[in-house]
Amino acid sequence: MSDSKRTSLYEVHKRLGARLIPFGGWDMPVEYSGIAKEHRAVRTAAGLFDVSHMGELEIQGPEALKLIQAVTTNDAALLADGHAQYSAMAYPSGTVVDDLLVYRRGAEDYLLVVNAGNIQKDFDWIQSHNHFNATLKNISDEVTLLAVQGPNSAGILQSLTRIRLSEIGYYQFVQGKVLDADAIVSRTGYTGEDGFEIYFSPKHSESIWNSIIETGQPHGLVPAGLGARNTLRLEAKMLLYGNDMDENTTLLEAGLGWIVKPEKGDFIGRDSLVRQKQQGVTRKLVGFEMLGREIARDHYPAFVDGLEAGHVTSGSPSITLNKNIGLAYLPADKAAIASRFQVSIRNRMCDAEVVKTPFYKRTQNS
Amino acid sequence: MSPEDRLYTKEHEWLKLDGEVATVGITDHAQNALGDVVYVEIPKIGDKLVAGQTFGTVESVKAVSELFTPASGEVVEINGGLNDAPETINKDPYGTGWMIRLRLSNKSDTSKLMSAAQYDDYTKDA
Repeated sequence: MSDSKRTSLYEVHKRLGARLIPFGGWDMPVEYSGIAKEHRAVRTAAGLFDVSHMGELEIQGPEALKLIQAVTTNDAALLADGHAQYSAMAYPSGTVVDDLLVYRRGAEDYLLVVNAGNIQKDFDWIQSHNHFNATLKNISDEVTLLAVQGPNSAGILQSLTRIRLSEIGYYQFVQGKVLDADAIVSRTGYTGEDGFEIYFSPKHSESIWNSIIETGQPHGLVPAGLGARNTLRLEAKMLLYGNDMDENTTLLEAGLGWIVKPEKGDFIGRDSLVRQKQQGVTRKLVGFEMLGREIARDHYPAFVDGLEAGHVTSGSPSITLNKNIGLAYLPADKAAIASRFQVSIRNRMCDAEVVKTPFYKRTQNS
Repeated sequence: MSPEDRLYTKEHEWLKLDGEVATVGITDHAQNALGDVVYVEIPKIGDKLVAGQTFGTVESVKAVSELFTPASGEVVEINGGLNDAPETINKDPYGTGWMIRLRLSNKSDTSKLMSAAQYDDYTKDA
């Protein structure tokens, strides 16, 4: 089972003592100093993540936007140069091909950032709908992606670049130099904290990684793995493809109606999603807290009034809140805030309560 | 090097005999592999456990791991402190992180367990 791919920083992670696990076809660091410690560092100081397993697809040409509009659900026409957008691709039934970020570098030059496990599927899907004057290119292997996340991120990263980070708004990006490397620096992330994602050529991976570690250490930065990334994103209720939504759940069921824009014109999945919006969904993804000490985990069944009615899609201890939290699909009429249901944990019914999400929201930084 | 005053299972529990009573916990290797322990489920005093079967669960932030009974017997004492301080298992797996004490029903069960040297050999490539 060692045909997993490795990022350009694999040896660095090993030297740092990371525990590496297979994830989405990649050997990725799950933790270095411990998930809880890394999680707290990101909430209070900063963490550095290698997320180079993510995929990057370039769409260029006179009709690049037309292709993107046809295959994604959000309205990419609203993007200005230097802006990014959270979006998704849907099947005709409204279920999810993938969730992604769309970056507009120019009127005929876009970058799509997709999930590691879906790169080939997404590429094939887009290509099969490319009836436009647009070229699609998978540049995933030519891109290192590092995420610097946490309240101290801007201060740490600023000493490595002349890009004025304070002028990059949330979901905006700038192309410029980080050290000697041509990079995209984007104010985005998957942790619920302020932070940046940096895209650049793998030949600069070690020098940029090491510089961020050295510069960041006095400011509390630690290397952080996929374990902390998961607990951080769950507290912020950022969804994980394959767990919280997939080809069997629609965007509306997953609570992603805010990235579905029927008014932009036709796109794949539009008719189904419009119909489902009119008729209402029969099940909904909800956030919940466990009322006892037990921890609900991914895939545990959920019961309402003694009957199996759904399942947990992501479940974990919340390190920031010191509670056990999760996301689950429940029947829509049982999904109101404060509704009680049960999670079956090792054949015991354990009480849970639907709560408002996100579980954690950062206080706005100055 | 694992402590030589006790015996080990392939599932990474340790057992320390003191007359008829054996103290049971998980090894340093196991706590290290699990990461930050956040939850422990152990049996009640009086429960009768069977060698090789599960007697509880230990959970880290990331993982759920079952606990396996090293030798059959009745639970005579439990480490109730683990409920409020499960991280004790990370900090002191061979000491204050112990889990249960068993009055063994069949001491010969322990002959199937590994010595410290055997356990270290068993885990050296893991």
